[in-house]
Amino acid sequence: MTTDWSWIGDHTDDLTTLTFSHLQAAFSAVFFGLLISLPLAVVAHRIRPLRGLLLGLSNVLFTIPSIAVFVLLLPVSGLTRTTTVIGLTIYTLVVLLRNTVEGLDSVPAKTKEAAKAMGTRPLRALLTVELPLALPVIMAGVRIATVMSISLVSVATYIGDGGLGQLFTDGFQRNFPTPVIVGVVLTLLLALVADALLVAVQYVLTPWTHRKQRAA
Amino acid sequence: MYELFKNLGSWLVSGEQWSGSDGIGHRLAEHLQYSLLATLVAAAIALPLGLLIGHTGRGAFVAINLASFGRALPTVGLVVLVFLASGLSMWPVYVALVALAVPAIVTNTYAGMNAVDPDVRDAARGQGMRWYQVLFQVELPLALPLIMTGLRLALIQVVATATIAAYVSFGGLGRYVFDGLAQRDLVQVLGGAVLVAVVAVVLDLALSGLQRVLFRHRPA
Repeated sequence: MTTDWSWIGDHTDDLTTLTFSHLQAAFSAVFFGLLISLPLAVVAHRIRPLRGLLLGLSNVLFTIPSIAVFVLLLPVSGLTRTTTVIGLTIYTLVVLLRNTVEGLDSVPAKTKEAAKAMGTRPLRALLTVELPLALPVIMAGVRIATVMSISLVSVATYIGDGGLGQLFTDGFQRNFPTPVIVGVVLTLLLALVADALLVAVQYVLTPWTHRKQRAA
Repeated sequence: MYELFKNLGSWLVSGEQWSGSDGIGHRLAEHLQYSLLATLVAAAIALPLGLLIGHTGRGAFVAINLASFGRALPTVGLVVLVFLASGLSMWPVYVALVALAVPAIVTNTYAGMNAVDPDVRDAARGQGMRWYQVLFQVELPLALPLIMTGLRLALIQVVATATIAAYVSFGGLGRYVFDGLAQRDLVQVLGGAVLVAVVAVVLDLALSGLQRVLFRHRPA
């Protein structure tokens, strides 16, 4: 196994392009995952029988190998970025759906009753009381989904996409480990930075969770 | 779509598909071998580690963040890297699968140990129990439900990911997925995916059943 570190300097442009393409795929998946799982979670939270069905269904999706999901999407969307994003979105649903339902469950019944007693309409109560209070649990899900997506993007290299994952197939085909090592390290770094940023976002979005500590 | 599922039906039930070295029976056995062995090795590494961190309270930061690291680690990259380092052997498959399973088990084992009521731990010590008695007779039994959750989670992920063995020219049910991709034969890909999902679900149910039988004397 011979490494050649000068390869990195010669390929900074490629690495930048691949990194942005990688991030775009992962973030799109989390975005669409949230867009789908938020309304579904509200439904699952309100209508109990649907809850087990939706959560069970998303659990089964999780057991299907990701590579197979990408390949099976080929007749629908072909060798495109769309296939990558749809496949990744399916995986984010497992985490996002469960955490959003659990987050909504964690809102104290008394708080909901207080909102109702003050004449808050259901939709307004959901948007201004329940969802904000559920945010810490939802954000925990968003963090897991983001880290998972960043790691999973590379599987799409088998269908010709995959962002930094292309470095893996490249290194494999040429029996050249340097791009593989660079790809693994960059993926880990992206996941770490994205996770830290989300922690900061959560801190800003939920001021009441740390304001209380200061007063005490 | 309908056509695909109809063909899947005949693919799954045909006799020739089940026999021989390329048959479902053999591939299934290979897949189970990779998954179970990797999970066992991972448990042998991760359980003592999680118990130790939980018991001593040292290294909690590592235990909490290991799961995140495990999720971030790209399996494809790891498999290729170990393959380039070790050549054609089973190492890439097992290293990648064990690396996937260890974080999930460590983090859940630690979480289970951490959730044990400190008063219970103190009471056990106050009764004159030695550290190993506290660990094995008090903490471990109380932490078991979460430990089992970690093991089940790890096993599901390992079964789904063992598909990758086929990428470095080994067997398992991933053979159908990768061969199907190469031959543009979607029925084969779908067949492989369905079989992997069924294996994962069945093993998960078996573990949860085992958990229920072993600990039926305790409220869950």
